[in-house]
Amino acid sequence: MIKQILAVTAMNLRSLPQRMGTAWVIVIGIAVTVAVMVSVLAMAEGFTKTLKGTARLDRAIVLRDGSEAELASTISRENTQTIMDAPGVRKDGAGRPIASAEVVVIVALPQKKDGVDANVTMRGIGANARALRPEVNLIEGRMFKPAVREIIVGKSAVAQFKGLELGSRIAFRDSEWTVVGIFESGGDAHESELQGDVETVLSAYRRNLFQSVSVMLESPQMFDPFKAALTTDPTLKVSVERETDYYAAQSRNLSKLLNLLAYFVGGIMALGACFGALNTMYTAVSTRTREIATLRAIGFGGLPIVVSVLVESLLLALIGSAIGSAAAWVFFDGNTVNTLGAGFTQVVFHLTVTATLLVSGVFVACTVGMLGGLLPAIRAARLPIASALRAN
Amino acid sequence: MKYVPLMWAMLWRKKLRTSLTLLSIVIAFLLFGMLQGINAAFQETIERSNVNRLIVTNRIALTESLPYSYLSQIESIPGVAIVSHESWFGPYYQDPKNLIVAFPVEVNREFRAHPEIVLPKQQIDAMEHTRDGAIVGAGLAKKYGWKIGDHIPLHSTIWVKASDGNSAWDFDVVGIYEEPSNRTREDAMFFNYKYFDEARTFGKGTVGWYVVQLRDPGQSAQIAATIDKLFANSPNETKTQTEKEFQQAFLKQIADISLIVTYILFAVFFALLFAVGSTAMQAVREQVPELAVLKTLGFSDTRVLVLVLLQALVLCVVAALLGLATANFLFPLLRDTLGVVKMPLRVIVEGVVMATILAAATGVIPAWRAKRLVIVEALRS
Amino acid sequence: MSAIVSLQNVVKTYTRGKQTVEVLHHVTLDVEEGDFVALMGPSGSGKTTVLNMIGGIDHPTSGEVVVAGERIDLLRGGRLARWRANNIGFVFQFYNLMPMLSAERNVELPLLLTSLSSQERKRNVHVALSIVGLEDRTTHKPSELSGGQAQRVAIARALVSDPKLLVCDEPTGDLDRATADEILHLLQVLNREYGKTIVMVTHDQKAADFATHTLHLDKGKLVDEPLRTEA
Repeated sequence: MIKQILAVTAMNLRSLPQRMGTAWVIVIGIAVTVAVMVSVLAMAEGFTKTLKGTARLDRAIVLRDGSEAELASTISRENTQTIMDAPGVRKDGAGRPIASAEVVVIVALPQKKDGVDANVTMRGIGANARALRPEVNLIEGRMFKPAVREIIVGKSAVAQFKGLELGSRIAFRDSEWTVVGIFESGGDAHESELQGDVETVLSAYRRNLFQSVSVMLESPQMFDPFKAALTTDPTLKVSVERETDYYAAQSRNLSKLLNLLAYFVGGIMALGACFGALNTMYTAVSTRTREIATLRAIGFGGLPIVVSVLVESLLLALIGSAIGSAAAWVFFDGNTVNTLGAGFTQVVFHLTVTATLLVSGVFVACTVGMLGGLLPAIRAARLPIASALRAN
Repeated sequence: MKYVPLMWAMLWRKKLRTSLTLLSIVIAFLLFGMLQGINAAFQETIERSNVNRLIVTNRIALTESLPYSYLSQIESIPGVAIVSHESWFGPYYQDPKNLIVAFPVEVNREFRAHPEIVLPKQQIDAMEHTRDGAIVGAGLAKKYGWKIGDHIPLHSTIWVKASDGNSAWDFDVVGIYEEPSNRTREDAMFFNYKYFDEARTFGKGTVGWYVVQLRDPGQSAQIAATIDKLFANSPNETKTQTEKEFQQAFLKQIADISLIVTYILFAVFFALLFAVGSTAMQAVREQVPELAVLKTLGFSDTRVLVLVLLQALVLCVVAALLGLATANFLFPLLRDTLGVVKMPLRVIVEGVVMATILAAATGVIPAWRAKRLVIVEALRS
Repeated sequence: MSAIVSLQNVVKTYTRGKQTVEVLHHVTLDVEEGDFVALMGPSGSGKTTVLNMIGGIDHPTSGEVVVAGERIDLLRGGRLARWRANNIGFVFQFYNLMPMLSAERNVELPLLLTSLSSQERKRNVHVALSIVGLEDRTTHKPSELSGGQAQRVAIARALVSDPKLLVCDEPTGDLDRATADEILHLLQVLNREYGKTIVMVTHDQKAADFATHTLHLDKGKLVDEPLRTEA
C-alpha cells in the first residue's frame, strides 16, 4: 500500500509543472493570507512586548486608588515618602530607598515624518531613578543635573520627533529645556519618552502632586507584604501592582484589537484562499481524469489517489505559507510603527515576527491546503472509470 | 439585452468552478466593504465636523487646562457668537472597563454652541435646577438602561471630591438627548460645571478646553489667530483650531489606519487577480469550440471579444455587490468596538469600480484570445 | 438559373514550420442555385477546405471565390462575419450545439445578430423547428436529445435566418444508418420543396445518392468535368 501511495504521489508531483498556471492560485492566495495575518499579529506582539519591555517582577508601581493610568493619578508628597519607606522596598548602599516618585506630563512636538504635532510623554523622575531602572543606558551625552531645565530623551523619541538632538532646546512652560543626553532602555516604552528631574518639572508646571511611585522590591516575594502594608494604611488610598501586570493591562486593549483584526481579516482571507484552492484542485483532478482512471483500471486503490491529491494541495499551501512568512519578515520585522499609548502619547513599537507566528502561518496554510484538497481528492477516487477513460 | 441568456449560459458552463470563483470574489469584496468602510467612516466623521466651531486648547497639550477667566475675553472678540467649555471627566460606571465620555459644562452655553444636539427645553431647565443633574445620550441610556429620574453613581479616574477624598461622583438623570445628524455621538453625558468645580480638590477655576461658535465660518482662521494672539506669552498659551482640524489630528495619532487598510486590500486584490485570471483563462480555453461556432454563425471577432469581457464583468460586479451587501449588513456589529455605524455609500461605488477594474484586468487576455481565434483551426481541434 | 457559387482557379497552401503543403491546386467549379451538391473524395483530398471557402470561414491563397454575387475572398473581419450571418447556414458532423442552451435558444443564436424583436425571433425559431419536425422538443438541452434530434436542431439553426446556401460538413458522419437516412431525407425536402441550395461534404456514397450532383476531389484537384460549360 505504501508503495502504491508513494508511486502515485510521485507521478502526480512530476506532472505538476504542467499545471503551474492554476497551481499559482493556491500559492499566491495562501501567501497573501499568511503575510497579512503574520504582519498584523507581529504588530500586536511588538506592541505588547514594547510595553511589557523591561518590566520586572521585583518592581512595583503605586498609583492612586481607582486610577487606571499614571496620568489620572495623584499622590501627595507626604504619601510618596510613606510609600517609599514601606516594608519590602530595597535600599541602596547609602540606605536610601531605591524608588522614584514621578510625574508624567504631555508635550506636543512636531513629528519628523510630516511636521504635524503629536503627543510625547515627559517624565519627571526622582533622584534614585537610575538605581531603580538599571536597564536605562545613556548612549550619548550625560545625565541631567537636578534643579536645572535639562532633559534626557529616549532614542525612539529622537527618531520620531523633530528637534530632539543632543544640545537642542525645546520651549514649553515659559522656558527652554536643553537636551543633554540620549538614552536607550532595552526597547521598552520608556525609549519614547523625555525624562527630567521631577522637582524641576513639578515647579515648571506649577504642581505639587506626584502621580506614581515606582519601587524596587527586595525580592519578587516581597510584593505581597509591600502591598498589604500600603493598602491597610488609613492615610493612603492607593493601588499597588507589579510592574509586569501594570504594563500587561496597558497594552491589553490595543493588542486585543490587533489580534481581533488579524484573526478576523486573516480568517476571511483564508476562506477566500480555500475557495481558490478548491477551484485549483478540482481543475487539477479534471486535468488528470484520464490518468487517474487508467491507474484505477490497472488496479491502484482509491487511497493512493486521495493521498496524491492531498499531498499536491498541501505542498502548494506550504510553499505559499513560506513565501508569505518570508514577505512578512522581510517587510515588517524590526519595522517601527507608532500609535497612541495608554496616556494619549505616542509609543513607538517594533514589529516582531517570531517563530510562533511563523508556525501559525504554517498551520493556516495546512488547514486551507487540507480543506482545498479533500473534496477534489474524494471525487478523484470515486470517478466512474469507464466514462473517465473516454474523457478528453 | 438579448445577449444575456447566451452570456449567462456561457458563464455557468462549469457550475462548480464559476461558483467557487464567485465566492472568492464575494469574500474579497466583503473584506473590502468592511475595511474600506471603517476607513471611510472615520473620514466622514472628520468631514462632518463643524467648520464654524473652534476648539481652544492649552498649547502644551489637550490634557492641560485653561483658566476660566479666558471665557469673557474670548466672548468679547468680534465675530464670536457663543463660547462654551468642556472638560475631561473620565468616569466609569461600576466597572473600570465601562468608561463613559462625560463633560462638566455650563448647560445653557453648551447646548447653544451645539445646535445639532436635540432635547426638550424643560430638560435643560431641569438641569439648571438640579445641582447634580445629568443629561445623557440616547445611546448611553439604552446601553445601561438609564431613565429620567434614575440615580447613577459614577467613579472618576481623575477627579477626587474635596469633601470626602473619594472619587465617587453621583448624578441624577434629568434628560436624554439625541443627535440625529450623527448617531454615534449619542453616547456622551453632560452635567453641571458648577457641581464639578465646587466639589473637586484640585484644578479649581479651570476648564479643559473652550468651544467657540462663530457667526461666520469664513472668519475661522482670523478669529483663531486672534484668540491665540490674545493669550500668547501668558502662562497658559492657547492653540486654536477648527473642530475639523482637531478631529483629524486626533485620529491621525491613533494609527495611520488608511495605510494599513490599503496594504491589506492591495494584497487581497493581488491574490484575487490571480485566482480570477486563472479561471478566466481556463474558461476561454474550454470555450474555444463554442466560440468558433459563434463565429461561423456570423458573430464578428469584436462581438466575441465583447461577449467574453461581458462575462467577466457580470461575474465580478454581481459577486462584488453580493460581498458589499454582506459587509453592509454586518457593519452595524462594529458599533461597540469602533463606534462607526453605517457603511458609507461611496464605499459601494468604489467597490463597483474596483470590480470593473478586476473584470477588465482578468478578462482582457482571454477576450483577446477569443477575438483572435481562427475558426478553421478551432473547429479542427 | 445562375451560378450561386463560383470558384475560379483557387489555390490553398499551408505552411507547417518549414514545410509548405498545397492543399488545393487550381480548383474551378460552379454550383447552380437550387442544386444539392455532394463533394466527395478520400481524406486529405481538400473537400473540407473547399467547403470552408464556400462558407466564408477560410480564404484562398490565390484565386477567386464568388458566392451569392459577392467576391468573398476579398471580404475581411466584421464584413465577412456579417455576410456569413446573412447568407450561409452551417451544419457540422458533431452538431456543435451550445451544451448549456436549450434547443430553441440554440436555434435563436443567428437571429441575435439581426434587429428582430424578441417576439419575431421566437416566431422564426418556432417555424424553423417545425420544418425539421421538432416542435415538441424546444426546451430540451442537447444532452437530452438523441443524435438525430440534435442534428435536426443544428439544421433548424442553419435555416432560421433564411440563408442562401446550406453548407454541411459530413452531416451524417456520427449517426447510425436509419437516422442518417432521416437527416438526408430532410435535406432533400429542404432542397426540393423549399428550394435551398445545399453543398455537402461526405465520404458516404449512400449519402451522395440523395444529392442532385456529385463532385469528386482528389489530392486537391477536381477530377470531374466542370458541371456546365459556358453558356
